[in-house]
Amino acid sequence: MRVALFLTCVNDTLYPDTGRAVVRLLTRLGVDVDFPAAQTCCGQAHYNTGYRHEAEPLARHFAEVFREYEAIVTPSGSCGAMVRELYPRMGERARAEGRGGALAATVAPVVPKTYELTEFLVDVLGVTDVGAYYPHTVTYHPTCHGLRSLGLGDRPLKLLRAVKGLELVELPGAEECCGFGGTFAVKNADVSAAMGTDKVRNAESTGAEVLCAADNSCLMHIGGTMSRLRVGMRPVHIAEILANTEEGAAV
Amino acid sequence: MSGTYLGMPAFPEAARAAVRDRTLRGNLRHATHTIRAKRAKAVTEVSDWAELREAGRRIKDHTLRHLDRYLVRVEEAVTAAGGTVHWAADADEANRIVTALVEETGESEVVKVKSMATQEIGLNEALEAAGIRAYETDLAELIVQLGKDRPSHILVPAIHRNRGEIRDIFRAEMSEWGRPAPEGLTDTPAELAEAARLHLREKFLRAKVGVSGANFVVAETGTLVVVESEGNGRMCLTLPETLISVVGIEKIVPTWRDLEVFLQTLPRSSTAERMNPYTSMWTGTTDEDGPRTFHLVLLDNGRTDTLADEVGRQALRCIRCSACLNVCPVYERAGGHAYGSVYPGPIGAILSPQLRGTGSDIDASLPYASSLCGACYEVCPVAIDIPEVLVHLRERVVQGGPATRRGNKVLLKPAKGHAAERAAMRAAQWAFAHPGVLRTGQRLASRTRRFHPRTLPGPGRAWTGSRDLPAVPAEPFRDWWQRTRGGEDGTK
Repeated sequence: MRVALFLTCVNDTLYPDTGRAVVRLLTRLGVDVDFPAAQTCCGQAHYNTGYRHEAEPLARHFAEVFREYEAIVTPSGSCGAMVRELYPRMGERARAEGRGGALAATVAPVVPKTYELTEFLVDVLGVTDVGAYYPHTVTYHPTCHGLRSLGLGDRPLKLLRAVKGLELVELPGAEECCGFGGTFAVKNADVSAAMGTDKVRNAESTGAEVLCAADNSCLMHIGGTMSRLRVGMRPVHIAEILANTEEGAAV
Repeated sequence: MSGTYLGMPAFPEAARAAVRDRTLRGNLRHATHTIRAKRAKAVTEVSDWAELREAGRRIKDHTLRHLDRYLVRVEEAVTAAGGTVHWAADADEANRIVTALVEETGESEVVKVKSMATQEIGLNEALEAAGIRAYETDLAELIVQLGKDRPSHILVPAIHRNRGEIRDIFRAEMSEWGRPAPEGLTDTPAELAEAARLHLREKFLRAKVGVSGANFVVAETGTLVVVESEGNGRMCLTLPETLISVVGIEKIVPTWRDLEVFLQTLPRSSTAERMNPYTSMWTGTTDEDGPRTFHLVLLDNGRTDTLADEVGRQALRCIRCSACLNVCPVYERAGGHAYGSVYPGPIGAILSPQLRGTGSDIDASLPYASSLCGACYEVCPVAIDIPEVLVHLRERVVQGGPATRRGNKVLLKPAKGHAAERAAMRAAQWAFAHPGVLRTGQRLASRTRRFHPRTLPGPGRAWTGSRDLPAVPAEPFRDWWQRTRGGEDGTK
């Protein structure tokens, strides 16, 4: 199976460890991973801030870069949702505005082939035990787009429960937004910070060492809040937990 | 605090003050979490909730698509039943009509059923200017009115007040408006309710004119429907000699059978009740029973303009249940007043900028008053995709574009203050269209990472005011990949 890693611009620039973890994990599971170097950004920040027309060339670029692959895997719920949910909508809007069906036709092939990482593991590879070892107490934050746009459900939890040595503890108010919301974090900084603080306090109350999620954008906001509040917890992307094995160096 | 929303600051500024008000945040958190949990339970009791939601969506969309036809049908049916229909294009016209109707009766006071439409048009203030006093009879509206406050929630207008505050308002203000609060009033719910009951009963028995809104209008018979929990509305609907109902044109349902869907979804979504305690219905006038005179004022006030917008029109499906408010993490922290409108929360953030336009600072800021978490869409009983409309309205704010204003097609200019953002978005798009540029930027960030400041100047301060920035890694992923082709040690 020829699988493309759609790492996302945020992970590429700020969280290369997550990218390396995805490659390590998928390779261990027998998947042939490629990283098309021409990939850039899905356009989510543009689209969600009101720059739909600026997001369109990025959607076309994405579709051209990833067209040839059997599957496209991304370790980001929100970027996955951008492709799966919003690319078709962008195509419809372009058509409704009398600009024809070119955008819709360009993005159509990649939409059903794009998977968020945990979705790909559980639905496509059919595994929940990926042979990982992670001797820490972990609490899981289901990010909004993963939860509501992609409907990841309990897939990430199934994967975490199968990790050897990992103790999973429930996060109070898990389904509440952490307050990141892309440009919302800057445009409404005070409300965003209040939401982030509540998320961190809830996480702290679990006594876990690690707060895990499937999206580094949310983790950047939560982790930045933890650091400022001097809360002794680490934000860790789920890929880095699942990639960790007894043979490998314990994270 | 002023009773109107004129001159409100933009959402981020208004929310900043609310976020720091510990009492307010405590009150809101307690109330929204309680009702949120109850709603979730009430909804799971219904096995066909998803079908009911879909049916509600379809009925509303069908009605909106044929609204012209159904409005004519309503006018015919109400007239045939002995009522009089008036058409109001905007708030001023509606206020003029109602004021004139009250003046015709020779009365100088009216009792009011809780109504969002009359709040939207500022009817109480308009009546007051004409020397007519309007008494709110819904308990929460009474608290807001006595406290010279503004409502902060669609269903629970005094949600931002706790019992102690309510007792203080009753003690200090009731005597100004009628029967004073009983001596030694405490903050127990039973005593507060009894004080309100005694105060209001005098008004019900004296009033000759009642003013209401309606939750629904059944087109086939011209029947108006109000659903409520207290029964105060029913007193206003049955005791006065004249009844004036101000209703938004989107409140129509074609048939009684359609009503069945909403009488299930509305109470469970709003108050988590299986059935609302009081459902009052009135059709024109009836001899020797209820009001002798009935007027229906059909209100547009931006609704047909909203209907002209293909993406935004779904906001008109709203049945004002406020489930989206109760589940919204932004509403919970910012409170209802920050939205600068009688419609707060997620639905307010999409409804107000459509009804009023995006010209003012507050209206231009409302589409951004959301983290797009999607919880509002998930709970909406008529499936309004609020995040979709928010993003659509953001586009209107930053890019301008075609819209309909008072029935005319206009081309809106971008709102002020977004030029730098627009330039940054276009620059980012250009960089992302050229992977080499992206790589150069990443390498630059990596090489200078030792010099990155912990706090940022300018707009970046909004981030570093409460959060630390992540450290930039020594090597972006794409360089590692090129060096190793995915092999851990570079040998692959």
